[in-house]
Amino acid sequence: MIKVIINNESYEIPATSSLADAIALRNPKPPFAVAVNLEFVPNNQYKSTSLKIDDRIEIISPITGG
Amino acid sequence: MNKPLNNPSATTNDSMILYGQSFTSRLLLGTSRYPSPKILEQAITLSQPAMVTASLRRQGASTEDISSGFWEILKKLNTPVLPNTAGCHSPKEVIATAQMAREVFQTDWIKLELIGDDYTLQPNTLELVSTAETLLKDGFKVLPYCTDDLVLCQRLVDVGCEAIMPWAAPIGTGKGPMIIDAGLGRPSHACQVMEWGFDGCLLNTAVALSNDPVAMAHAFSQAVNAGRTAYLAGTMQEQDTAQASTPVLGTPFWHQNKS
Repeated sequence: MIKVIINNESYEIPATSSLADAIALRNPKPPFAVAVNLEFVPNNQYKSTSLKIDDRIEIISPITGG
Repeated sequence: MNKPLNNPSATTNDSMILYGQSFTSRLLLGTSRYPSPKILEQAITLSQPAMVTASLRRQGASTEDISSGFWEILKKLNTPVLPNTAGCHSPKEVIATAQMAREVFQTDWIKLELIGDDYTLQPNTLELVSTAETLLKDGFKVLPYCTDDLVLCQRLVDVGCEAIMPWAAPIGTGKGPMIIDAGLGRPSHACQVMEWGFDGCLLNTAVALSNDPVAMAHAFSQAVNAGRTAYLAGTMQEQDTAQASTPVLGTPFWHQNKS
């Protein structure tokens, strides 16, 4: 198991987990976009992106803005 | 040239051109802090802005109930969206946020906000130009929120920004569209800067926190149009003395004092 941070919360996931697996833990409502360690990851690369210990994953969605 | 988007009243054949895209409205409207999603929707509908701003946050983190229906409002109204990078403090955060925004909102437009000081929300002018350049090279249509520093504005234009958005202050690089961003409180302020020759206004709080945001959005829309029309019309030069507007010649009862 490895520890990763998703939206500032700690998760223990299998070391073989893909980014798609990690995202599934949060079950985000579409639309959303994802970055790992401050690098944008296009949605067609979630399954092919592997994770390592202490990766910081951000899952973000549209909100109002000025 | 693309077909002009939206079509409010007032000036015709006077589109605002940003990155080759034509907009008939010169008002860009922020979407935060409205009393309810319904009022936001009405404000957008009535003011018909060129674009509405939007942002990105962690899902569930927002305390604003309005954000729950925000996406549906955007889809329903079909107003062009200008995502921002609000809250980003480093170029790396800006780049990642912009790329995420492009995927979510399906647009190349980005309101570049690189905050340098949390208290004043002053942009980090030292890294703004290089960040804008990186985004432009990545295919974004960058509208940078900047200060009124002339050299900064010039450098932003030099690297390829086709419009700049200084906070409310009278400046004049005379280079490309300039949109006033932040600091406007009343329609008269918007009218004033449009009279000076700015190309558009972006505002949010002045509408959202008014007593009647829908009416105020309409008022700003009209003010922006009025100011633009006045700029194009060319205001008169100020005079130091009173000058009768009604012709003096032939005034009845007038006579020379011959005594």
